[in-house]
Amino acid sequence: MIALLMRDLKLAFRAGGGFGLGLAFFLIVTIMVPFSVGPQSDLLSKIAPGVLWLGALLACLLSLDRLLALDWEDGSLDLLATAPLPLESTVTIKSLAHWLTTGLPLVLAAPVLGVLLNLPAAGYLWLVVSLVLGTPALSVIGTFGAALTVGLKRGGLLLSLLVLPLYVPTLIFGAEVARRGAIGMETQTPLMMLAGITAASIALLPFASAAVLRVNLR
Amino acid sequence: MSLSVTDLSIARGGIPVLEGLSFRLVPGQALILRGPNGIGKTTLLRTISGLQPPVSGQVDGAEDQIAYAGHSDGIKPTLTVTENLKFWASVFGAGAIDKALAAYELETLADRAAGALSAGQKRRLGLSRLLVTGRPIWVLDEPTVSLDVRAVEMFANAVRGHLATGGSAIIATHIELGLDGETLDVGPYRAKPPEPDDFDGGFL
Repeated sequence: MIALLMRDLKLAFRAGGGFGLGLAFFLIVTIMVPFSVGPQSDLLSKIAPGVLWLGALLACLLSLDRLLALDWEDGSLDLLATAPLPLESTVTIKSLAHWLTTGLPLVLAAPVLGVLLNLPAAGYLWLVVSLVLGTPALSVIGTFGAALTVGLKRGGLLLSLLVLPLYVPTLIFGAEVARRGAIGMETQTPLMMLAGITAASIALLPFASAAVLRVNLR
Repeated sequence: MSLSVTDLSIARGGIPVLEGLSFRLVPGQALILRGPNGIGKTTLLRTISGLQPPVSGQVDGAEDQIAYAGHSDGIKPTLTVTENLKFWASVFGAGAIDKALAAYELETLADRAAGALSAGQKRRLGLSRLLVTGRPIWVLDEPTVSLDVRAVEMFANAVRGHLATGGSAIIATHIELGLDGETLDVGPYRAKPPEPDDFDGGFL
């Protein structure tokens, strides 16, 4: 398992691995928003949590179609399916590697980019907390979507259509935590919901992903 | 560990390709599969490897015993030859890769990125993976594609070595490998087209 994780991380950091794709997209979105909204710092600080969350979500989505498709194309997925490692652990490790190369950099970059959007000082902690809790769900749900569309050439469109509705609850509660935190309201309810969604996704979706992958490998 | 296939019927894309296939593979034995393109050799090998379920019949003794090598080698172009091989060695829980590198004369290429290898060199790397799996039954789908005469000899030697240590192999190939093993022509097992039912039959 560790070997698979290390390989995926290594591949992400090597040339053409796609590390930084999501991060660069996130950076571009949050830098462009103040330009398009205009110099209204009170409006910016109001929409900052939502924009940061939406940016993070779309950045995550951007890298999903490579998650399993590359392993499918070069035959590694067939070989992994016949390896001693259960397919459930394989997809879990793939999700983890995706989170480490996409979700975690987003979490770390978000506070810096919050400055550009005039995020209120109280919001930084909650923004980071909500992203730490929410982005793993994005990776796990995304792996499920990638497993569903793995045999399709140019399955990116279908993948987005399948995954975006599943991302909605995470987005709603994640952004709500950040928004409430930013204006000093209590955040417990959306935080619980967000943590619940993430925990349930991590617990259940790897089995679903492995099952659809088995069907797709036939 | 012997593999037995009993009355196996398989389908590809919902269309039956082979039916009524039975054979046994005991340790030390090589089975060469022959048959024209499209007869279902790849489907048969994928079914034996557990990548797809059979329509009917049974495959026994295959669980966690099989090292499968298909048309693609599962090589990552940005990793070096050593890194690729080490990865598969640790996934399969086997240790050293030196023997595998030596068997296919890959030592001089060990530090080269796999993307910079020729097609035949990639194939050699793909085949050397079998040696690090530690699995007793090799299931090989046209392993000699893009190999030169010398590399085919390396491959045949690797298979002989594997058989000598109690392993077995099923090989679908169109060329003569010089291995002494049984040959199974899957042609006679071609699935009959489904009988038209009365409604369709009325129009024929």
